[in-house]
Amino acid sequence: MKRAPVLKVEDLAVSFSTDAGTVRAVDRVGFELESGSTLGVVGESGCGKSVAALSIMRLLPVPTAVIESGRILFKGDDLLSCTPEEMARVRGGKIAMIFQEPMTALNPVHKIGSQINEVYALHLPSMTRDRMRKKAAGMLDMVGIADPYKVLGLYPHHLSGGMRQRVMIAMALAAEPDILIADEPTTALDVTVQAQILERIRELQQEYHMSVILITHDLGVIAENCDSAMVMYAGRVAEEARVDMLFKNPSHPYTKGLLASIPSLAGKRKSELTTIRGTVPSLKNLPHGCRFSNRCPHTMEQCVNKAPMQRFVAENHTAACYLVPGSERQNADT
Amino acid sequence: MRILEVADLQKYFPVYGGVFLRPKGWIHAVDGVSLAVNKGETLGLVGESGCGKTTLGRCVSGLYDATAGNVLYKGEDISAMGRTALKKFRLRLQMIFQDPFESLNSRQMVGQILAEKYHIHKKAHPGMDEEIADTLETVGLEKEDMTKYPHEFSGGQRQRIGIARAVSLNPELIVCDEPVSALDVSVQSKILNLLLKLQEKMDLTYIFISHDLSVVKHISDRIAVMYLGKIVETADAETLYNNSRHPYTEALISAIPNPDPECTKKRIILSGELPSAENPPSGCRFHTRCMYAEDICSSTEPPLSLRHGPSGHFTACHLF
Repeated sequence: MKRAPVLKVEDLAVSFSTDAGTVRAVDRVGFELESGSTLGVVGESGCGKSVAALSIMRLLPVPTAVIESGRILFKGDDLLSCTPEEMARVRGGKIAMIFQEPMTALNPVHKIGSQINEVYALHLPSMTRDRMRKKAAGMLDMVGIADPYKVLGLYPHHLSGGMRQRVMIAMALAAEPDILIADEPTTALDVTVQAQILERIRELQQEYHMSVILITHDLGVIAENCDSAMVMYAGRVAEEARVDMLFKNPSHPYTKGLLASIPSLAGKRKSELTTIRGTVPSLKNLPHGCRFSNRCPHTMEQCVNKAPMQRFVAENHTAACYLVPGSERQNADT
Repeated sequence: MRILEVADLQKYFPVYGGVFLRPKGWIHAVDGVSLAVNKGETLGLVGESGCGKTTLGRCVSGLYDATAGNVLYKGEDISAMGRTALKKFRLRLQMIFQDPFESLNSRQMVGQILAEKYHIHKKAHPGMDEEIADTLETVGLEKEDMTKYPHEFSGGQRQRIGIARAVSLNPELIVCDEPVSALDVSVQSKILNLLLKLQEKMDLTYIFISHDLSVVKHISDRIAVMYLGKIVETADAETLYNNSRHPYTEALISAIPNPDPECTKKRIILSGELPSAENPPSGCRFHTRCMYAEDICSSTEPPLSLRHGPSGHFTACHLF
């Protein structure tokens, strides 16, 4: 039985105006986030995964970025038609985000305590200062920071990268949001710290019944932390599936190539790794039809003529490829 | 044949503080490391940020002067080398750097970047341009790229330029300092393939520094694991992964995210953070985070000693 989606993105297209003309960084992207589950978004640099996340938060630079079409339904309300005041209440209160760079995401001239209190001041203005301080310390304790009252009085430069990322998570969760968007939360951290942080996010998700969107370029992180995953390539969704299906039966040639090119611990040493030929195309100069057609080992005539729609591989598993037999997904045309 | 030997190497960096910025302490970046590299092999150096792997790589290539200890290249101490000998050594030992955006001079064309090495080592000759073009072709670029500037290339292509610069004029040993960390997975696999191909073709020896264990395992013959300036375990690649003894190596291996959702492995989550290298813990440096730590661990430092077999599996641990 499928749970009701807490967030539903339909047919999202975002373009940026640059000196060389308009480029579309996200094109007809649609997905659903089930309540309480974790959706992984994976892809290489420039595939549009961060832009998609920023458009949910309405944090894209205006007027450079334009949301051309689509709807972002959060519990039934379209976030794209919200007023700035309404959006300010959603942001941080209902949907929170953590960013990749723990070094730059915190304000260097304010103490950790006052940065966390800002969340309360905005979203729970009735709270007393004393109560705020207690709650903030409680949040820090929960993300695994020893001696939270001391840390409240420190500045970000006193903390290591892993500690700063914990503070970011504490801030994001302060107002108990329904959705947490984590944009490469552990990319800048070491593997052992990454394991600590991801474990902590999993535990907190259980505790608060949050839904999480985890954006990463690491397929290993997806496999270990997500319920379902979406593979993006050059601004479009290449494949979307439950995690076990995605890894057992990757159906889009790009997903297959990506999985094959990771050196595995069990694999043969010094053997030649599988590669995807060519390079990621520039968004200014995309191939006609399927955007993967110039690198795909199975390109057919129809791939170059017209981009394939999402097709069902199985239930809860779609791939945008003509090689997949079966019907096209109903709601993904246009 | 041993081509490089490092004996009890130390590198400390001063920390300045106070009103007059006098040295108030030392960062023990590399603290007593010994290792040997044989001809034709790849030695992988793994560890987390701040463990001293890059400093070690730079000491080995003569970019840093060691505080104490020796680096011997074919039996000759590099710190005792005169200018001419050092220049010759630097031609034989090359480096590939992590950041393909900062390691190339943005005001020089690719041809000039590669030709600089010929001029410095007085190897310039009329047929040089063809040699450079050949090198570019070996690393997967084109002759026409000689007249382009670095900004015209993607990250992966720039890393190829860095590799071309390192492999021209027949080096023997290349120190690769995180050569694929800044690249996307699909580009990373291509660069790894290229490094393996070049090693076979030119009979190169690599010291491969990385924090990514799956990459190191793929490319290395032998691996040394570093923690806070010391080597905690060294063994051949397969042994290290299948039969690691040191608790830190074990935790490091278990922390790698595995791209297989059905894999049910034992997960070890280390507590705490890396201690400061300015004031490393007494005894075994890992004892503050080790789940097996006993009294002896905080008082006596375990030596790096041979565990079993002729394969050369060394571990610095009292317990395992």
